[in-house]
Amino acid sequence: MEIPYTVEARPDTGVFNAKLGVWLFLASEVMLFGALFSSYVLLRTGAPAGTWHHGREFLNVPLATLNTIILIASSVTMVMSWASLKLNDFKKYRIYMGLTLLAGVGFLVVKGFEYGHKFEIGLLPKTNTFLAIYFTLTGLHGLHVIGGMILNGYFLGPGSKMFKTQPERFTNRVEVAGLYWHFVDLVWIFLFPTLYLL
Amino acid sequence: MALVDERVAHGHGEAHHEELGFWQKYVFSQDHKVIGIQYGFTALCFLLFGFSLMMMMRWSIAYPNQPIPLVGKLLKASGGIIVPEFYNQLGAMHGTIMVFLGIVPLAVGAFGNYIVPLQIGAPDMAFPKLNMASYWSYFIGGVIMLSSFFAPGGAAQSGWTSYPPLSDIAPTGQTMWLFGMLFLIISSVLGSMNFLVTIIQLRAPGLTWMRLPFFVWAQFVTSFLLLLAFPALQAAAVLQMMDRLAGTSFFLPSGLVVSGQQLQVAGGGSPLLWQHLFWFLAHPEVYVLILPAFGIVAEVIANNTRKPLWGYRSMVYAVTFLGFMSFIVWAHHMFMTGMGTVMSTFFQTTTMIISIPSVIVLTALLISLWGASIRFTVPMLFALAFLPMFAIGGLTGLPLGLAPADIHLHDTLYVIGHFHYVVAPGTVFAMFAGIYYWFPKVTGRKMSELLGKIHFWPSFLFMNGVFFPMLIQGLAGVQRRLYDGGASYSHAQPVLHWNAFMSGSAWLLGLSQIPFIFNLFWSMKKGEKVGANPWEATTLEWAAAPSPPIAHGNFAEIPTVHRGPYDYSLPGASTDFTPQHQLQEA
Repeated sequence: MEIPYTVEARPDTGVFNAKLGVWLFLASEVMLFGALFSSYVLLRTGAPAGTWHHGREFLNVPLATLNTIILIASSVTMVMSWASLKLNDFKKYRIYMGLTLLAGVGFLVVKGFEYGHKFEIGLLPKTNTFLAIYFTLTGLHGLHVIGGMILNGYFLGPGSKMFKTQPERFTNRVEVAGLYWHFVDLVWIFLFPTLYLL
Repeated sequence: MALVDERVAHGHGEAHHEELGFWQKYVFSQDHKVIGIQYGFTALCFLLFGFSLMMMMRWSIAYPNQPIPLVGKLLKASGGIIVPEFYNQLGAMHGTIMVFLGIVPLAVGAFGNYIVPLQIGAPDMAFPKLNMASYWSYFIGGVIMLSSFFAPGGAAQSGWTSYPPLSDIAPTGQTMWLFGMLFLIISSVLGSMNFLVTIIQLRAPGLTWMRLPFFVWAQFVTSFLLLLAFPALQAAAVLQMMDRLAGTSFFLPSGLVVSGQQLQVAGGGSPLLWQHLFWFLAHPEVYVLILPAFGIVAEVIANNTRKPLWGYRSMVYAVTFLGFMSFIVWAHHMFMTGMGTVMSTFFQTTTMIISIPSVIVLTALLISLWGASIRFTVPMLFALAFLPMFAIGGLTGLPLGLAPADIHLHDTLYVIGHFHYVVAPGTVFAMFAGIYYWFPKVTGRKMSELLGKIHFWPSFLFMNGVFFPMLIQGLAGVQRRLYDGGASYSHAQPVLHWNAFMSGSAWLLGLSQIPFIFNLFWSMKKGEKVGANPWEATTLEWAAAPSPPIAHGNFAEIPTVHRGPYDYSLPGASTDFTPQHQLQEA
């Protein structure tokens, strides 16, 4: 027997299963990053006066600004790829999804340069507690970016075959992947000011 | 099994039901019923293993520094004696295994998986593949936990709470504990998300929220707690892993001295931070342990009193309220950390408030018994025993929730007695009730009533033999986590004689489980064959015929629900039960 509401929305809740699922998953993710942000706040406010190191001492704000722009742009292309599927334009979908993936790669490359430079000059997680929370938060965010890229890569490559047989279901899948991608983007929007600027 | 498959192929099955191979059918299955059984079997094995660890600990408590009989040969290095370091490993792993690998997977993974889709009239869980991934993630986590006993320096030994700074500087076993926890957390996040979507999206037509069986409500709130509370421990585990592997000092304060030498770390961390993150998970976790038990007991009581549950609506509101409140009580575990009187006052107030919904549920269940012609079946015996046992567990918790009383009782055996009364004769008895109650649905056969009673009475007796003296010892001031049970403390001497009594009770409690284990396996093959609804119950799982329900689909046709969950003894009805899918009051 088929499981109901995998494609069409359940009338009384107004969503299909995977959409509700991803929202709940994101709620859980909010709690994960929320706990880490709270730890950051607690450690920083708990540090004796004058002992806390600030991000601007170590971090490269222009590079991070570039990364912020890249990620926001990728959120836009992600929406465009979903909208193209809604308009039944598979070619455009592939272009926009490809751009999203490319932005992900760009983000990681920039991040790689940032990390590499810090390791070179001996700034490691164990150097001080600011760098410890910096590497933990951005590292975990980086893993989320990689996860999202694997997902998007699958929908660009082998997963896109589904568009021929079940176009609606595939469009839904891209929408769900998009929600996750926006969340990853949003986490960075919080990380950027709290780590680099404040 | 063959008969069942035939039904799928001929009766209802469409062309896409190709024959599944052995591996897909029994090992990497995506059928919620098979996954439920996998969860149940694995969790029962872990419960038995965790219990065995405790039986070893009890030897050391009653007869410290004496070689342990039977299993002593395994401890070659110490000549069969349980040394304090090994005792610490046993303690930490007993707690971890019982909570994270035993009770939660049994209560949520097994009962939730098997029963919830059936009770809401769904063909399966909403995401069968994730369901499978959830089980295997749990399995891997369990394997990592068990293998940590063989790590250099042994398994985790900083208590199930893994408080830093001790846990930060503990041997490799602690790192494995953290990795194991990560897998368990992934498993529970996947699982709980799946439950929530299933309950919200896949309810059968007509099954409105206030027609849901109370068990489903309990699982619903439980899933929210798992989904939103576990990530805090995930964050904490990541931070502790950074401390252990990357040399950071999230939990290490400046100037920490270990074995006479100052630790070479950056410092500036806060051990209290771990406690906040840990208890932010672990207090909701307490309700994860007890809510499914409430659910099972409610089902069994409604069925065996042949009456609707008294105050069903207030029970539903109570558990929902309890779910919200459980997120703002965590620091009552931390009154002794010096976090200040303002914080303590806040958390003791919320703690007193959260005791109210539990009392509502318990009272409603108690009043449900009033004036009923009770059937004393084996599941009902366990459910009835749950009520006073959980009441003792709950009421002994109140003094711990009040900061002034907690100063005296904190870290004593009174705490151990309190939460074991909640979980052991409380939740575990409810789990037994659930196993006896739903066994006919899972296998098509009943478990032996006689063996069940031989299991119940000694278990009930010895449970109290183990845990009640803990309250007495704790009030006398005996601390927890002492490998010699307090023998080296003068203030413990007047209550020391209880140790042998409690240990004896624990071993006899172990022996009392033999009839259950025998019954479980014997009844699978030889138990009395029964129909689809042997208890004459009303909820939808009993409408799924035959027992076990058909693989990948459950119902030949999705039923339509016409009434509330507990329409027992309706006036004018020809039978004393009217199933939820029945239209007329026949």
